[in-house]
Amino acid sequence: MTISDERFDFTASAKKKLAITIVVGILLLLAGIYLDIASTSHDGGHATLQTTVTNDLVAFNGDNTEQAAGEHGETATWLKRLYTDLWINNVFFAGLGLIGLFFVTLQYVTQSAWSTGFLRVPTAMANWLPIAGVLMLGVFFLGKYDLFHWTHDYLYIEGTPEFDKLLNGKKAFLNEPFFLARMIVFFGGWTLFFYYIKKRIFAEDIEEPGVKRWKEIRAASAWFIVFFGYSTSIGAWDWVMSIDPHWFSTLFGWYVFSSWWVSGLALIALIVIILKENGYLSIVTENHLHDLGKFVFGFTIFWAYLWFSQYLLIYYANIPEETVYYIQRLTTDQYRPVFFINLFINFVFPFIFLMTRDSKRKLATMKVAAVVIIIGHWLDFWLMVTPGVMKYDGGIGFMEIGTALIYLGAFLWVTLSNLSKHSLIAKNHPTLEESLHHHI
Amino acid sequence: MAVGKNYLVGVFEDPDVVLDSIKSVRDSGVKIHEVFSPHAIHGIDDYLGYKQSRLPIASFFYGITGTALALFTIYWMLGFDWPMIIGGKDFVSLPPFIPVTFEFTVLLAAHGMVLTFFIVSDLKPWAKPLVFDARCTDDKYIMAIDLGANQKSKEEINKMLSDSGASEVNEKNFK
Repeated sequence: MTISDERFDFTASAKKKLAITIVVGILLLLAGIYLDIASTSHDGGHATLQTTVTNDLVAFNGDNTEQAAGEHGETATWLKRLYTDLWINNVFFAGLGLIGLFFVTLQYVTQSAWSTGFLRVPTAMANWLPIAGVLMLGVFFLGKYDLFHWTHDYLYIEGTPEFDKLLNGKKAFLNEPFFLARMIVFFGGWTLFFYYIKKRIFAEDIEEPGVKRWKEIRAASAWFIVFFGYSTSIGAWDWVMSIDPHWFSTLFGWYVFSSWWVSGLALIALIVIILKENGYLSIVTENHLHDLGKFVFGFTIFWAYLWFSQYLLIYYANIPEETVYYIQRLTTDQYRPVFFINLFINFVFPFIFLMTRDSKRKLATMKVAAVVIIIGHWLDFWLMVTPGVMKYDGGIGFMEIGTALIYLGAFLWVTLSNLSKHSLIAKNHPTLEESLHHHI
Repeated sequence: MAVGKNYLVGVFEDPDVVLDSIKSVRDSGVKIHEVFSPHAIHGIDDYLGYKQSRLPIASFFYGITGTALALFTIYWMLGFDWPMIIGGKDFVSLPPFIPVTFEFTVLLAAHGMVLTFFIVSDLKPWAKPLVFDARCTDDKYIMAIDLGANQKSKEEINKMLSDSGASEVNEKNFK
């Protein structure tokens, strides 16, 4: 087998397809906004509660935004919904980019050889990180009062009816300067690590073969993984859990990580499969795909394990401030179906579908599983974010699909254009030869 | 000819030579009884033409049996035979049953798989292993061919093994 300087050609037709995805996304988003404005102007404001949820619950949800609306003015439902959708996609796609970097570093730290043949794919995915950081900051400044209840100043004035004792107690951690500092440190740190590692990965291509670069990257990867462990967990509290600021779950950081990790693995598999279908990456065989499939299969179960651990403890302890999270999602017509769909397509379906050896080795079946898992975990993030922000106005419509398509198109554009800039195969990588002979 | 089963045992020095030899021996229509190696050789099952193991399928059914049995038992015991209020939950409430169900699924799948593997591989405690050549636990690769199961003569097979790289070919008889 000869290792050529195989290069990915980001063709005009591929660009056209991605551009169409983005344009369709924009059109759907505009249609969604139009429909949302049209429907809210008819029933005059907020949708009514569709199920029997007690007033206590509504009050507990911290829905006194409306009582104290005078301070910031009431945001239109469609705008609130737009912020929510942007935030879901920010968090989801930032995670996918981050998983690209995490996958690469993990292979270096564990000295893995099997994955070397397609390591350029996750490397390219991580190029989304700086863009994701800017988007996160931007959307936070635009929609912080709608997305994050705890950003309201009136909650912390003692003696007023809006004073919130619980949030006041969390103020040392959950305040805007510290929140922003954490966000900048995390995205800045990830991006710096990424550029440090990326520079060395591509320097290896033009240098004499050796292990010098490999050792440098491995050392940086070890540090990155420590940073990654802390930053993803805290990021999950900040960007997802603090949307329901009164609620808390101690394993939430892992839960968000597992969701990112399994969807990131599925996306790596999907991009590899699409490249193979277009005649690239002939050195990646069904054996490599099998191992990727095992990863996806295994972490599907890991995700379900965390999902269930979180649910069981909250169900069993039955503490009101914890159960409210599941009551919002289980007793409402908007969220109950998605709650069960989430469990089905993220656990039951991949668990049974990917169980056999063949389904992990064949391009067609792995492709189906990867697409379903990516959609499923997007839904998972939708279900984590939406009820806390939109209360009973949440839904999945043109706006959600539109924003998701825009982000997907942009993410793939960044990934593929960066993939086309360098050789598709790390030809001087010390473990490439071992990867070529990978057999299971 | 001696009583019992007669084997021709080829001794090889290199795993790649064994793989090539397996290919040429099988291509000429000779059935190989077994190949022994001190370490795992990737891809050898393809060369020997082994079908994929059906152990995972058996394991799946052991697992489902465990799931069903655990759920049935817990439901019957806590729901009907001796209902108890635990933690203020309903008699029959699924979430707390899941961990036990999961463990029982794993228990039956794992034990069933081990037992099946032992039975299928004939690894009973009183089994007498057929040792063709003890050097296969050190640095030699051993190919055993059952003479009774093949049409070709001993001489023909002997030549075939030597030609394809065996360093020595021995006869072995088990009574």
